[in-house]
Parts: sequence; structure tokens; C-alpha cells
Amino acid sequence: MTIMNTNYDVIVVGGGPAGLAAALEANKNGAGRVLIIERDKELGGILNQCIHNGFGLHFFKEQLTGPEYAQRFIKMLEGTGIEVKTDTMVLAVTPDKKVWAMNTEDGYCCFSAGAVILAMGCRERTRGAISIPGERPSGVFTAGTAQRYLNIEGYMVGKRVLILGSGDIGLIMARRMTLEGAKVLAVCELMPYSNGLKRNIAQCLEDYDIPLYLSHTVTNIKGHSRLESVTVSRVDEKLAPIPGTEMEFDCDTLLLSVGLIPENELSRNAGVPIDGRTNGAVVWQDRQTEIDGIFACGNVLHVHDLVDFVTKESMTAGRAAAEYVKAGGFAKPAPENTVSLCPGNGVSYVVPQKIAIERTEKFVEAFFRVRTTYKNSEIVVSADGKELTTIAKDQLLPAEMERVVLPKAMLEKAAGSTITIEVRQKGAN
Amino acid sequence: MKKEITCIVCPKGCLVTIDDANLEDISGYSCPKGMDYAKNELLHPVRTVTSTVKITGALHDRLPVRTSGDIPKELIFDCMNLIRSTKVTAPVACGEVIVKDLFGTGIDLISTRDAESIV
Amino acid sequence: MGKIYDVLIIGAGVTGSSLARELSRYQLSVLLTDKENDVSCGSTRANSAIIHAGYDPEPGTMMAQLNVDGNRMTEDICKQLNVPFKRVGSLVLAFSEEDLKTIKKLYDNGVANGVPGVELIDQKKLHEIEPNVSDEALGALLAPSAGIISPWEYTIALAENAVRNGVDYKLRFKVENITREKDENGETIFTVTAASGEAVKARRVVNAAGVFSGEIAKMGLFGEDCELGFRIIPSKGQYYLLDKTQGKLFDRVMFQCPSKVGKGVLVSPTIHGNLIVGPDAVNVEDADNTCTTRDALNFVRQAASLTTDHVSYRDNIRNFSGIRANSDQSDFIIAPSAVEPNFINAAGIKSPGLSSAPAIALKLVELLAATGIVLDKKDNFIETREVIRFRELSNEERAKLVAERPEFGRIICRCETITEGEILAAIHSPITPVSLDAVKRRCNAGMGRCQGGFCGPRVLELLVRELGISPADVLKDRDGSWIVQLRNDDAIDS
Repeated sequence: MTIMNTNYDVIVVGGGPAGLAAALEANKNGAGRVLIIERDKELGGILNQCIHNGFGLHFFKEQLTGPEYAQRFIKMLEGTGIEVKTDTMVLAVTPDKKVWAMNTEDGYCCFSAGAVILAMGCRERTRGAISIPGERPSGVFTAGTAQRYLNIEGYMVGKRVLILGSGDIGLIMARRMTLEGAKVLAVCELMPYSNGLKRNIAQCLEDYDIPLYLSHTVTNIKGHSRLESVTVSRVDEKLAPIPGTEMEFDCDTLLLSVGLIPENELSRNAGVPIDGRTNGAVVWQDRQTEIDGIFACGNVLHVHDLVDFVTKESMTAGRAAAEYVKAGGFAKPAPENTVSLCPGNGVSYVVPQKIAIERTEKFVEAFFRVRTTYKNSEIVVSADGKELTTIAKDQLLPAEMERVVLPKAMLEKAAGSTITIEVRQKGAN
Repeated sequence: MKKEITCIVCPKGCLVTIDDANLEDISGYSCPKGMDYAKNELLHPVRTVTSTVKITGALHDRLPVRTSGDIPKELIFDCMNLIRSTKVTAPVACGEVIVKDLFGTGIDLISTRDAESIV
Repeated sequence: MGKIYDVLIIGAGVTGSSLARELSRYQLSVLLTDKENDVSCGSTRANSAIIHAGYDPEPGTMMAQLNVDGNRMTEDICKQLNVPFKRVGSLVLAFSEEDLKTIKKLYDNGVANGVPGVELIDQKKLHEIEPNVSDEALGALLAPSAGIISPWEYTIALAENAVRNGVDYKLRFKVENITREKDENGETIFTVTAASGEAVKARRVVNAAGVFSGEIAKMGLFGEDCELGFRIIPSKGQYYLLDKTQGKLFDRVMFQCPSKVGKGVLVSPTIHGNLIVGPDAVNVEDADNTCTTRDALNFVRQAASLTTDHVSYRDNIRNFSGIRANSDQSDFIIAPSAVEPNFINAAGIKSPGLSSAPAIALKLVELLAATGIVLDKKDNFIETREVIRFRELSNEERAKLVAERPEFGRIICRCETITEGEILAAIHSPITPVSLDAVKRRCNAGMGRCQGGFCGPRVLELLVRELGISPADVLKDRDGSWIVQLRNDDAIDS
């Protein structure tokens, strides 16, 4: 039995917003044969079920729904010659850029690529990840699974709903379930602040008088077969439940919006080094991983707040992959011509983790998240203890990805060293 | 009385402070859209509604839809009832009008994706 | 008058299913029943999933013999029925002088019980073979014959094989009452009535009802003035199940020294490549309540930290609890009812019940034979079971399979690499699954790190399509555990 083997210049794993933008940009920059492999039956990824609006304001300068945003990119594929395989699963990517994939038509295939772009997105944290105790009835869903049932399959997942986690998906689902006739009793958030956008608190909770309990978590789940009730407790500063603060909510549905995890099983098996802070690959500024010719972008690299930034990042990766293929590879930069980026005090991660100065045109944008909320503080960028720049910030929230621009001149000054990005309370110097 | 309004125009979510007795007494916005939003929110709040309608002959059973512009907030649930009783048949193109002129607002209900016919 | 079964088995856990398969070798009519909507739903599906070597039971007990025999037999059965099983070996760790004495005692037990290859190893060797074990561990008892298994796949395979060989099964059959009468030949006939009102007749009854074996055993006294002689004391144990990223921490099952309440908290790889940590042991009143609690889970973590501090609980994917069918007897209770020789109890089948199951089944067949049942072998007994596990195939095999059967070319469960073909095979297997969890137990779809978040809707769709049922009737697990409702507009439609 011979296994089908086709050569491509660039293979993009994943046909969501990241994969679409990366493929288009690779094609635009001269990569000849580009293939997008998508496991679902259609392109667009998670955007297809995100039927609410609020996408595209940065990139298209207008408010679009998820499907509309996806459709714009799907339309752009027309006439480009980019090949698409949907309903196709990638089973393995090897360090020498072979992509093992299969579907019901082509069978089990092994494709060879000049460059591979990983754009598999992320998955939701589950009940198990946060060890919510109690019984194991049905009716406990991650918010995204419930969203799929409701918006794609067209089923209701329940009538009386409690939501744990105030991330955007949780907030969006609170409104969505309300509009569909369910009673959303409350949204509970473990942290003393919400992890969602402020406008979603306003238009998803406040518009419908849905209470938000900050510093609260679910401490018990009851129901022998279907969920019957959920116990919610207030938590102390160490996030431990406080006995005596229990509230009981009779409900048939609990939605969990408790975080997203980049889905890097393929990357790990390909030997791509993973940053424990982002749970995504360690990348250079052009989103090349530490394995030559394998790139990563979008939520598989680090979880973004806005799809617009996923698109921008993926364009960077797509462009670089095309250049990589055209150049027949990038020369390894000498260590003295590189800079490492590292999160300092108050910062949970920085992307990219490495910069090759020679491959920098004018500047590099560093993206990062803070660990907790800060008011009236500043971002300090320093190299080996020497401050390079500071940026004042009225407010910093873990829910919002932050960005600093590192000009090439600054990078050259820091060549061979580590640049640290940290938060400093103003006046604390 | 001073009111605090979270602007929903963009992801930034500015907290705008506005006096409902004097709409020009306004602060906290960081763009003209934000200022307009806050004023509007006091006078006649509006929202875009997004949902799905039943579709037959397509890959999925639901077609995502939205209002082509903002509709008065008090019409949201009427709009949802209308959406619930609406059915379409594939093919439908993205942007196609599903219901014209919702409740005399001049705003339409439009499809937000292509849905090819699979039969 | 309806059919009279030769043997009716109450409880389709590992004991009942092992017996059903064993009996299906013979020309007998057998009915396997369970109160739940699937087999393998009680203690069998929620335990440490270990095939114990057999050094724990006191030498000379029935349990010692059944454990060592069962351990030996399990491997063959798993080969025949294509069930994942691996003899990885186990270690009992000693952290103190007293523990060292305990493992010496266990070693002596092992030798006396005939456990192959038991060995006491010192700290140096221990750390050589298991580098992630705590430095506090001073030595260990090594038992190479211990194994890891998927208890539910094992039990489903046994029950499926029994059904293929002619055994009837009845689920959702919660036994409430058993009466007996004599037929015209003076032979006893039992009428077993379920909560649903349905009644079935049989000439022999075997009680393999796990945590409920005490209640069923009482029915087997038929109102006579007689003491049961034992009491079931359900004991709950809680667990963490961690992502496969944690599954390579240890090669072997890592026990701590047993205490009065159980075999101690273990840390072990699972047959599916995950890591399992647990259990605690707390006696409970409600044998049906498998809730987990924060305190118990914290206890488990605390206790396991003695074995290793390398477990990343951030990578936990599931907590669960199981109820042990403990009793106030030190040994298993495998004997006819004191008042009715044709009513046989397999009660108080606690740990190592899973390990002992094949031997218990043989013992029960012996007891049944002693009641006069004739054991004539069938000549068409099917001993094996075919299962396609896509993820275990080579590239060549995969290519061939997908070319021939395209349904194996579509992955439904991406975490565990389970194809549509495997899910269809599960749905059309001899014991029809009616829930997402039942599909999961048959082919692993949904047991991975996303816990069915992605594949749940697709498995639901397949159940709807293949079984011709409404989406609203697809269950997560037990009866009543509905997942979705139809929208009002759809409901009006149809």
C-alpha cells in the first residue's frame, strides 16, 4: 500500500482565523503551493459559533460577527490557488516537516512541506482542571461546548443557568442563553476582578440584570443524573472558599468559562519547545518556533483577547514562512545578535520569547499579560538591569493583552542580553 | 444626576461619566464615538441583536443572523420572538436580508454567513 | 409460562460479567441483569484499575488464592478479548522502620501466596528504577506481576463476549423482590422481580450486586429466620486523573504501605497513559452517591505527596470517586445462601475483586455445578473479540484500513485519536450504548484532556443518526442525565 505523498511549500494546520490569515499572507508573499488543513467540515474555526458581534474593529474598522469575520477571509482565498482540505485531521507533524493527515476521501496521507504553520487554536479548561467537587450529573458544560450546541447544532442546553468564570465566552453565553429564554441566575468569578472585556459586562450582564459575584466560586455540584443545584461560596484572598458563605442555586445547567489552553499536542510531538508560561511554542519575532521552518500563530501560541490580533500575528507568521521557503531556510543568528525576552515582576508572559536582530526591520512588538490588576503604574523595559524605557499606564488588567514596541536601535543596544518587561507601581522606584 | 456608562463601541470599554440633566457635562470617553454612545445611552439606548434562525437544506440547522444596525433596546425580546418564528431555506448568502424593516425601525435582519445548499 | 433461565446473574460488574462469560461456554440459558442502563456501572468502573499481584491477602484465605489465580488468568482473557492490559509491576514503598517491617511481612505473604517474582529492593535500586520517587522512600517491595487495566473495557468485553455466545442481558432491571417455588419435579424456581414490575424466572440465582450485594443476599434468605452473617460497609475512595503529560512519571504502580482502611494512596500510570492518584477510604451510608469532596481530594494530594512531589495538579483532567463493596468479613463471601443452595452469593467483593474476577467466576461455576447444573460445553463458543484501535496501528495499517473503510478516516475524538469507525463499532456493539459515557467506555472517545468538550456534540449526532433517537433522548450517563433539549420552535415543527 503506497501512502499518498504530495509536496507543498507551506502547510497550515488549522483553518480558523489564524490559519486563514497565515495562508493568505504566505501566498501573497510568494509561497507557491499552500495547503490549509482543517479538521472541521468547514473553514472558520471557532468563529463560526461566535455569532455575536464585536469582531474586526481593529482590522476592518467595523463591527462584525464571528461568521462574518471568518467569511471575509474565506472569500479572500478565491483565486489565490491556496488548497484547502476540510474534514481532515492532522495526526502528526515531524521535525523534518512531514505532515501526517487523513480524511475519508484521500485516506491516510503524508505531505511534505517547506514550512509548516501551526494554527490549531486552543481548548477550554474543564471541570477537572479546576477540580470542582461534587456529583457528576449532566448539565455541566464548558461555555464553548454549550455555544456549539446552541448556535451550530440548534439545541438548548438548559433552562436555569449558572455560569462560573467571567471571561468573554462566559459573558457572551449569559446574554445568549437569556435571549433564548433561559434564566441566567448569576455569573461567578473566582478573582476579585472580571476576566472579560468591560463592554461585555455592560452589554451581556448589566443589560439583563444578571448579577456578577466576584471572589466567588462553585464549591459543590448536586444531581444524581441531571444537574439539580450548585453551591457557590465566597473566597478569601488566597482564593480558598470561606465556610458559612455558601449560596445554593437551583439550576439545571452550569457553564464553565474558566480559561483556555493552547492546543499543542501536535507541536509537542514534533519536538517544538513549549513555554510553560504561555503553554505555546517558544518563538522568534517572526513566529518561527525553535524548530527550523515550523511556525506558530494565533491561540495555539498564546491566548488572545481579540481575533484582530490573531490575524495580525498570523500574517507575520505567514509572511515569514514564505520568506523561509523562498530563501531555503534562515541562517541561525549568532547569540550576540539575538535578544531574549523575559517576563519580570507582575508580568505572566511575553511573546515573542526571542528576537533575531538581523531579521528585524524597524521594531518588534512584544505582547504580554500582567498577573493582576494595577492602577497608576508603569511598564518598565530593561536589559540586564538597565532601564531602556518606561511607559505609564493608568490601568492594567490581566484580561487585556498589553503591547510594547521595541525599536531596532533599542534591540541593538541590548544585543546578546535578556530584555525584561515588568510592572512597577508609580513612585515606588 | 451623574451617571457612569461603560462604552460598548470598542473593546476598550471606557467608563464615561455623564450628567443626565446636562448631557454636555461628560467625561471619560476617549473618542467621539464614545461620547455619542453615552449620550444616546441616556436618551434612547440601542443594541445590535445577534442570534440564529432555522434553516433547512444547509450543512447545519441554524443560520446566524444579526440586525443590520442597532435597534431600540426595548425591542430586543420582540426581535427574538420574531427570529424564533423565522425559517429560511438554503442557499442563503452572507448579508442577505432575512426580515425587512424590523418593527418599522428601517433596520433589517440579515444573514451573517453563506449557507450553501447541500441537497 | 415464559422462559425459565438456568442461571440469572444479578449485577453486571466485573464479577457478574466474568461469570456470564464463563457460563456462556456451556449449553445453559443465562440472563445477566443490572439496575443501571449499561454494564460496568458500579464499583467496577471507578477504582484504581490495578490487577494486584496478590501479596496483600493473608495466606490461606480464599482471597489469597483467587487473587493470585485471577492475576494469572487476566492476561490471557485480555488477549482473547482484545482488552488493554499491561503487566507493569508494582512497588510498595517504605518510608519508616515500621514500613520496612510491613513490606517484609507483605513479601512473606507474597511468597506464601505464590506471587511470582516478589522482591525486596533497597533505596538505591528503587531510585534507579523509579527516579521520580521521593527521596524519603527507604526501600520497597517489588511485585512484577501486578498490572494495569481498563476495568470497564475489560468488563464490557466480558459481557459482550457472553452475549455473543448466547447470554441474554437485561439492563435497567433493579431487583426488588425474589420469591421461590417448586416445579412439578420438585426443583426450585425463582421469580426475580424488578422495580419496573418486570419479572423473570430462573433455576439458579447468583448475587454479584457489588455494594448492594448485602441487600440482594437478604432477599436470598426468603424471609426465613436466619442471620445473614455479614454486613456490607460501602467505602468511598476519591481520585485524581491527570493528563497524559503526567503519565510517564512512573513506570509502575506506586503504593504506600497498606493501612486498616485500604491499600493506601497510590500514584500509577493508567493503561491509557494518564496518571491516577488516589484513593482515600471513607465509609459511607449512601452506596450510590459518588460525589467528590474538596477535603477528601486535598487529603489524597497530601498523602500522595509522600510518594512524589512531581505531580502537576494543574494537569488534572477529572476527579471521580468509587464505592468499594467492603464488608465486615476479611475474606470474600462466595457461598450459597444459608437457606437456599441454588441462590449463590458473591458478596463483599472488595479489592482485589477486579484482580480475582476470573478466578471468582470459576469458583462460582464450581458452586453452580455442585447444585446439579449440567456443564456441557458448546462447540461453537467464540473465545475472541475483534476491536480496531486506530491509534495503535502502524502507518501502513492505517492507510490500508482507511482506504477500505473510509469511516476510519475521520477523527471524532481528537484528544484520544478515536475515529468515526470506532465510534460506530461501539454504537453497534452487542450491548447497545445509550449515553455518551457508554460510548466512551467502549472506545475511549471523550476520555481525554478536553473531556468530550469537542467530540461530545459529534458523538451525540452519531447516536441520534445510528439509533434513530431524538437528541433529547441521548444521555450523558445514567437515566435522566439528558444533555440537550429541542428548541421550542423545533419541537412545534415535529
